[in-house]
Amino acid sequence: MPAPEPEEMMISAKNLTKVYGDFTAVDGIDFAVARGEAFGLLGPNGAGKSTTMRMITATLQRSGGDLTILSKDPDLAGPQIRAHLGVVPQSDNLDTELNVYENLYIYGRYFGLSKKYLTKKIDELLAFAQLEDKRNAKVDQLSGGMKRRLTIARALVNEPEVLLLDEPTTGLDPQARHVLWDRLFRLKEQGVTLVITTHYMDEAEQLCDRLIVMDQGKIMAEGSPASLIEQYSSPEVVEVRFGSDRNAEVSEQIAHIGDRMDVLPDRILIYARDGEQALAEIIALGHHPITSLVRRSSLEDVFLRLTGRTLVD
Amino acid sequence: MAQTQWQGASVLVDTRRIARRGALYVAEYRIRNMLKWWQAILAFGLGNPILYLTSIGIGVGTLIDRHTNGAGPDGVKYLAFIAPALLATAALQGAMDEVTFPVVHGFDWRKVFFAMHAAGLTGKQIAQGVMISAILRTIFTVGVYWSILWLFDAFDSPRALWLIPIDIYLGACFGAALMAVSAYMKEDDGWFAIIGRFVIAPMFLFSGTFYALSTLPLTVQWVGWISPLWHATEVGRYFSYDHPIPGHMLLVHIGYLTAMGLIGLWVANRKFALRLAA
Repeated sequence: MPAPEPEEMMISAKNLTKVYGDFTAVDGIDFAVARGEAFGLLGPNGAGKSTTMRMITATLQRSGGDLTILSKDPDLAGPQIRAHLGVVPQSDNLDTELNVYENLYIYGRYFGLSKKYLTKKIDELLAFAQLEDKRNAKVDQLSGGMKRRLTIARALVNEPEVLLLDEPTTGLDPQARHVLWDRLFRLKEQGVTLVITTHYMDEAEQLCDRLIVMDQGKIMAEGSPASLIEQYSSPEVVEVRFGSDRNAEVSEQIAHIGDRMDVLPDRILIYARDGEQALAEIIALGHHPITSLVRRSSLEDVFLRLTGRTLVD
Repeated sequence: MAQTQWQGASVLVDTRRIARRGALYVAEYRIRNMLKWWQAILAFGLGNPILYLTSIGIGVGTLIDRHTNGAGPDGVKYLAFIAPALLATAALQGAMDEVTFPVVHGFDWRKVFFAMHAAGLTGKQIAQGVMISAILRTIFTVGVYWSILWLFDAFDSPRALWLIPIDIYLGACFGAALMAVSAYMKEDDGWFAIIGRFVIAPMFLFSGTFYALSTLPLTVQWVGWISPLWHATEVGRYFSYDHPIPGHMLLVHIGYLTAMGLIGLWVANRKFALRLAA
């Protein structure tokens, strides 16, 4: 995907750096987010995603580089920028002393929004978050998925120019994740600019128009999920398991099959244009895997190719 | 979400308004939170003075007044002597409740201060908001306590009304200092219990609360000298019944409280901002 024109940029970072003592958490990264775009920061834990996120939410000062958010420098106009953003932190910071409605109301008041506006807006947000019947419930009575939806609803109370979500579905069960994705997808359809950090490749593929793959504070690759897969992987992947003591031995004998191969401790990955064909060739050589799976190539494979490691180590 | 036109934050949110009123929004949150505990606050506000006044003021007071013909310490009845100190203690405890656990709740337990910060409020505004709520709590506590003292006939003169602003001032100054201490706490770890037992309790006992500080040996008097409670009690007694204080000492007492408040507020503002940006 071509980079958006500068005048459309909601966030622009050039050589963005964050250093803690001797440790460089974010190491001179460049990226830009355009209005209406769903932009992702994908990488394993410790890649520098959350540090980057905190800098672009104007809550953490950068050590170096240029950063512009909503055309303002966060070092000079932090509060003004933050007032126009919506932030969903990695850990929910809902107030357990207040009920669901009050959490939304009080948060709206921090933006100076009127009671009249908030009364109407909160009804909309509760419907959006599917929490209408939990209006007067205590926060502690909500499930993990409900708390996340409430935190997202809270971040929308000021109708933010950019909604930034740090690991929005970490710790949620699959059903709760899908409900959340559905809500975020609706926002995307409405044209809300989204910035999402995640270490789930399926989440990035589902929600992001464009993303950067980060590792050790650096950008390893940038592009749309499809273009990254096309550029760094084959269309299909065969996963075969021969037992941890035999994988290495068999891998030498099937190394010529497919475009490329990765031997992991528990399985062998063969990247190929036609996965079924590749699996048939393996069996034809007299190797019968304990388990086999042919699947579409994913961002996980891209990350493995770029770093030599899996996303969730 | 689709029901109404999406206006966008740039239309809806007035950042200049937030810059002006941010501290009030934080105070609004704290008051709403306080109202969740109104029964406990009221019970503490009413129960504490009634218990003290009955046991010490009336019980011990009757004994002392009988032996002094109603002219106890400072030549006034015992209840009038201890009333400024009891009221000052209540002010101090009311403020303490609002600047200790709520600050740990904000930074550590629920991290609600980080949510406020992400919404555009500054560390200074959050600290000021907490301070406003502490002052409001002190006003309530002092108002209730003063009324009960009045009902118990603790005051001989309408000048005792001076105690109200003096003790609200004490609550604000002590509250600011304690808020600064709370801002450094990563978690409770029993520190507030330690402060209660080893700071507040000695302060209550050795600040000339039940007898003149000068009757204590010099080795213990210093506890009173550094205690904001003693300074506020001295000023309260001066204004409510002409407790003898040299003019310059009046300035020292008020100056001590003021310095404590200003330094506390400065440190708290700074520490709040640092912790939110760390």
